[in-house]
Amino acid sequence: MSQSLSSIARFSASDLFKGKGQPGGRVAPFVVILLAVTVLASAANLLLPESSPFYVSTYTITLLGKYLSYAMLALAVDVIWGYCGILSLGHGAFFALGGYAMGVYLMRQIGDRGVYGHPELPDFMVFLDWSELPWYWLGMDQFWFAMLMVLAVPGLLAYIFGWLAFRSRVTGVYLSIMTQALTYALLLAFFRNEMGFGGNNGLTDFKDILGFDLQSDTTRVALFAITALMLALTFITSHWIMQSRLGKVVVAIRDGEARARFLGYRTDNFKVWLFVYSAMIAAIAGALYVPQVGIINPGEFSPINSIEIVIWVAVGGRGTLIGAIVGALLVNYAKTRFTAIMPDGWLFALGALFVLVTLFLPKGLVGVFSQLTERWFLMRNRSQVKNSSAEESDKPLSTGAQASAGVQTKEASV
Amino acid sequence: MKRYLALCCCVLGLLLNPALNPAFAEADQPHSVTSTEPSPEAVVGRSPKVQMLLIELTEKSLNKAVPVLEKLEQSGGEAMLPLFRTMLGGNLYFIKASRQVVALVETASGDAFADVFTGQALPDVAKKQTKKIRVNNRLRGYLRDAIARIQLSSSDPFAREKAVRNLLSELDQPTIEAIQSARVNEPNTAVQEMMDLALAMHKLTNAALAVDQLEAIEALSGSLESEVRNLLARVSESENYEPAVNKAAASALVKIQDKVEFYAFIDQLFFGLSLGSVLLLAAIGLAITFGVMGVINMAHGEMIMLGAYTTYVVQLMLPNHIEYSLWLAIPLAFIVSGLMGVLIERGVIRFLHGRPLETLLATFGISLILQQLVRTIFSPLNRQVASPEWMSGSIEINPVLSLTLNRLYILAFALLVFFLLQLILKKTSLGLNVRAVSQNRNMARAMGVRSDWVDAMTFGLGSGIAGIAGVALSQLTNVGPNLGQAYIIDSFMVVVFGGVGNLLGTLVAAFSLGIANKFLEPVTGAVLASILVLVFIILFIQKRPKGLFPQKGRAAE
Amino acid sequence: MKIKKLVSGMALAMGASMVSYGALAADTIKVGVLHSLSGTMAISETTLKDTVLMMVEEQNKKGGLLGKKLEAVVVDPASNWPLFAEKARELLTKDKVDVIFGGWTSVSRKSVLPVIEELNGLMFYPVQYEGEESSKNVFYTGAAPNQQAIPAVDYLMNELGVERWVLAGTDYVYPRTTNKILEAYLKAKGVADSDIMINYTPFGHSDWQSIVSDVKKFGSKGKKTAVVSTINGDANVPFYKELGNQGISSEDIPVVAFSVGEEELSGIDTKPLVGHLAAWNYFQSVDSEANEKFITNWKTFIGNPKRVTNDPMEATYIGFNMWTQAVKKAGTTDVDAVEQAMIGQKSPNLTGGVAVMNKNHHLSKPVLIGEIQDDGQFEVVWETEGVVPGDAWSDFLPGSKDLISDWTSPIKCGNYNTVTRTCSGQNF
Repeated sequence: MSQSLSSIARFSASDLFKGKGQPGGRVAPFVVILLAVTVLASAANLLLPESSPFYVSTYTITLLGKYLSYAMLALAVDVIWGYCGILSLGHGAFFALGGYAMGVYLMRQIGDRGVYGHPELPDFMVFLDWSELPWYWLGMDQFWFAMLMVLAVPGLLAYIFGWLAFRSRVTGVYLSIMTQALTYALLLAFFRNEMGFGGNNGLTDFKDILGFDLQSDTTRVALFAITALMLALTFITSHWIMQSRLGKVVVAIRDGEARARFLGYRTDNFKVWLFVYSAMIAAIAGALYVPQVGIINPGEFSPINSIEIVIWVAVGGRGTLIGAIVGALLVNYAKTRFTAIMPDGWLFALGALFVLVTLFLPKGLVGVFSQLTERWFLMRNRSQVKNSSAEESDKPLSTGAQASAGVQTKEASV
Repeated sequence: MKRYLALCCCVLGLLLNPALNPAFAEADQPHSVTSTEPSPEAVVGRSPKVQMLLIELTEKSLNKAVPVLEKLEQSGGEAMLPLFRTMLGGNLYFIKASRQVVALVETASGDAFADVFTGQALPDVAKKQTKKIRVNNRLRGYLRDAIARIQLSSSDPFAREKAVRNLLSELDQPTIEAIQSARVNEPNTAVQEMMDLALAMHKLTNAALAVDQLEAIEALSGSLESEVRNLLARVSESENYEPAVNKAAASALVKIQDKVEFYAFIDQLFFGLSLGSVLLLAAIGLAITFGVMGVINMAHGEMIMLGAYTTYVVQLMLPNHIEYSLWLAIPLAFIVSGLMGVLIERGVIRFLHGRPLETLLATFGISLILQQLVRTIFSPLNRQVASPEWMSGSIEINPVLSLTLNRLYILAFALLVFFLLQLILKKTSLGLNVRAVSQNRNMARAMGVRSDWVDAMTFGLGSGIAGIAGVALSQLTNVGPNLGQAYIIDSFMVVVFGGVGNLLGTLVAAFSLGIANKFLEPVTGAVLASILVLVFIILFIQKRPKGLFPQKGRAAE
Repeated sequence: MKIKKLVSGMALAMGASMVSYGALAADTIKVGVLHSLSGTMAISETTLKDTVLMMVEEQNKKGGLLGKKLEAVVVDPASNWPLFAEKARELLTKDKVDVIFGGWTSVSRKSVLPVIEELNGLMFYPVQYEGEESSKNVFYTGAAPNQQAIPAVDYLMNELGVERWVLAGTDYVYPRTTNKILEAYLKAKGVADSDIMINYTPFGHSDWQSIVSDVKKFGSKGKKTAVVSTINGDANVPFYKELGNQGISSEDIPVVAFSVGEEELSGIDTKPLVGHLAAWNYFQSVDSEANEKFITNWKTFIGNPKRVTNDPMEATYIGFNMWTQAVKKAGTTDVDAVEQAMIGQKSPNLTGGVAVMNKNHHLSKPVLIGEIQDDGQFEVVWETEGVVPGDAWSDFLPGSKDLISDWTSPIKCGNYNTVTRTCSGQNF
């Protein structure tokens, strides 16, 4: 770990703007656009009258907020799958745990405003005849403590699971199935009413967060903006890690774990900590997701959800952080549109999308995009070669080509 | 079929019991007498008094029908059996115009009507002219008792034994007298024992002397009947009996309880094996596609679903041959799911060779498409798949242990499929090729194995087996678009736990998980039991990353 | 460069919200349909979507409402509970629907509730549920526990002489609450603790061997035993199959179910089930003119002479009729006006008699108990004398016995505490 820490310390802000084609691609343009869109959308919602053609409805804001938290989740999966070759089919579990931690906090904020008017207990505990809060609900009314739990619970679970799995060298398909078992076991556990998390109904009917009314437009916009900020932040951090020496080792583990081990790296340590990091991003995404959609229930643990996350990443293009984000946004946008336009047939479209993407776009949309730009650059270069002198031509073999070269090395994972 | 029976007999033989009583819950088939000679039933049935009562029966509402039936029983006696049975089965109708009661019988060409007493076909009667005589629980209860009373003199010993058992719960004076008189001429020992039991129970409750009571307890102490246990429990606590009798009853009860617990253990073991067989069926196809080919087929559940729907379609096409439909459905399901498997392999998976995780994504897409396809074609509602008669009911070994037939058949069927598959893999050239390709693809190709063809066949085989599993599951659970989803995770667990690429591992894993689950369930409840099993698998895989039976040698890497 | 994709995606998302403005001016009354068409609940909910579409079509044949045509807006929340909330928001803000018919599971309703209340929408919820709720914006046309569970238990106790009770359910809020209510009710009637067995199973439970064999043991203690089943959806088929195979007949141990209707039975081989019971407010087999017409219309609309009707369909039918009447009475589709006009609306039941919308947004309806027949229909064996008013808050739960719901002045509260005279936690 000391290695990784020092490598992080060596990181300088100027790296952000170097725009190297290596893993992660450019950071600054994406962050700028993300924040610009956020500011514009927020302003359009809050400042413009509803009749204005540029007004952005609260529905759209909430939807965008949801997409962005999904994008964060996809980023978390991409960090371990795209860069380290660990395919987790259970990342929904960390997302949901983060969400539950936030949900418990929000439930405690309801106080005596529940339908039964009980000063402390949430409604579902009142009608299950519980007399007092279970111990794990204590302290969750403090925001700082709840936020700590958002990170600590999934982080700890990821650490224990990762420590057990990576130390005994469970890899590949076995690991994927184990993560699936993990989230399935949690699904069943949270489904039980005795767990004290509201059973199948989960936690809902939240009133406010830090004293701000959750139903007001300002709070919604603020949550959306925070989500965007957090996405930008985790994006930058992940980029930073992947650029660092730590990142290089991670990629080395993906491409040849035995070789990396023989070179003297404690590969299991790298994997465990990356897994914990990824789980924490997922947990933050979950914590941001819950107040925006207004409900958290065991359905989030469902293994199908976790597979879907992997598919977002695959559609966007794994091994590129931007790809994960693009994939999450596009697939979810498509889902929203399809469920409204063709409610009876949207699963056909979604299913076909997955099949076609894996068959024809193994590198995802971002991969195709960079291939296209590469070709375009080559063409332009060729024409430039014709027109101008030879020394000019070897310079602009630029980002696109390098990015795609970076992507190509990443195929052999798992 | 014979093989199944042989297997069942083995299971039964192991469980060591004197009598094999096939106690079908609804075994009382509508009585059908085919001879044209006027039978005694027909003569009584045509008597004016009975005719009057029958007309009365068609006019009374449900709640007032019991007195009419009582009169019928008194005046008709044994001759009323066919009437009561038809009524119990809900097949009694009457012709609206003439108020004549008729029986609905199922024939090869569809429903038809027949005379209740003679069984003579009445081809002129159409369904529109008739109305059903409805029955409710109270009437059914009465009819069942009445049939039991009448059957004390039945010629079938099983029927007599069942009749006495049905009467155990209400031993009033007239019943006891009837049993006593029947006991004198009873030739069958099993029926004799049952009758003695009834008489002993009566003695225990009604005898005045403690000696007689103790004697009765002695006679009862070997029985597993729940009525006997309830009676002994009552006696052991009752103050109307002497302390010595209380004590004797209590100790007899303890003895019985020990026996009951032993059978409860066997029962649980059977439940575990049965759950294991379901897991095995669901997982074995996956063990081939995933274990041998290394393809994570998320559409595996949908292959099971296709098999179940095939069963439904077969039954739809042959509505009059439900009894045999499964025999046709098994090969058809294999073909349908197998062809779909080949199609998926040729269309999608072969382009993703060596990229197992990408096959996961693609097949997940396929699974979504197949589910929605079924929803579009068959509607999202569950479809009705009937169980053939020979698969319904249970084999009653003794009053506390009975094995349900459908589970027994499925257990045998799962084992059969497993051994056939082993045979294919071990003894056929296809099996040889499959094993060769799975161990070393390039080497196999160098030796002239057409690996493309082998891949398609392997995938088809795995999918086909999943289809067969669907036929079996259609007998246990819903046939709907979500059928496959319910089994996919369990299947993966079984394969991974057993060790990828090892069919024997799959077998052992399926049965041990099934049994573990069923033994945990009474202690922890159903939900916690599944959670514990999952956690156990997760921890186990950490300890032995390659499962119970890891592949050895170079193939493992 | 890659980012353009992302930007265009976001722009599209925003564009979508703007497009909806064009639709605003259209001169129709929009009816939102929020039923899952895919996922686990599609089995039950698709039928209700079709029912609403049929009602809309019929209303349009009659000339629409307030001189306008009705237009159904169908979305698919895909059995995904957060998606229910999102789709409800979409229907209300984008499509600007005037009313929503939707929901099946409790969790879907709970998920939608905050959105409907925030945006002041109007929703009709057509399924029997656990009660313990009354929202200003929701009308509950399905049965509350006192309209289904309690009459059924009364019937078993008084008519069949049942003394031992198995309360079996899926580990959901509806079964939990219903069983809590029943347990309190049974104990109030003098049933001992040892004569009540409670069992919960996970969703979609398919291996019932152990539980059925426990029920069998529990029932062999010499007292008449019955199972009160709140087992949900898919788990029912394997449950009944196991009952039949283990030889438990309806005369020995009758099962009364609250979630098994004609539609569920259409997917089961009913022979082993004959004689088991269900409690509903409607059965297809009830002989009445209105019912016959409804069934004929339904079969023609759906184009399948074998399709059955069920209780939630009747609840949708009554809700829809009441809504059209209330809109006519109010002369507008404005939610507040329609909400007030709804209270006191009367609509004939399909089974005879008249349903009334009460002040607590629940209906007064008759309760029927039917026995399953081998043709997949129910034979009514018992019914309440008159209609039973739905009770939003159960009198048998300690937390809710002091609560009432009354949406007329001066109380105007869904959970008014008659002891403390307060109304807590309203979102408006």
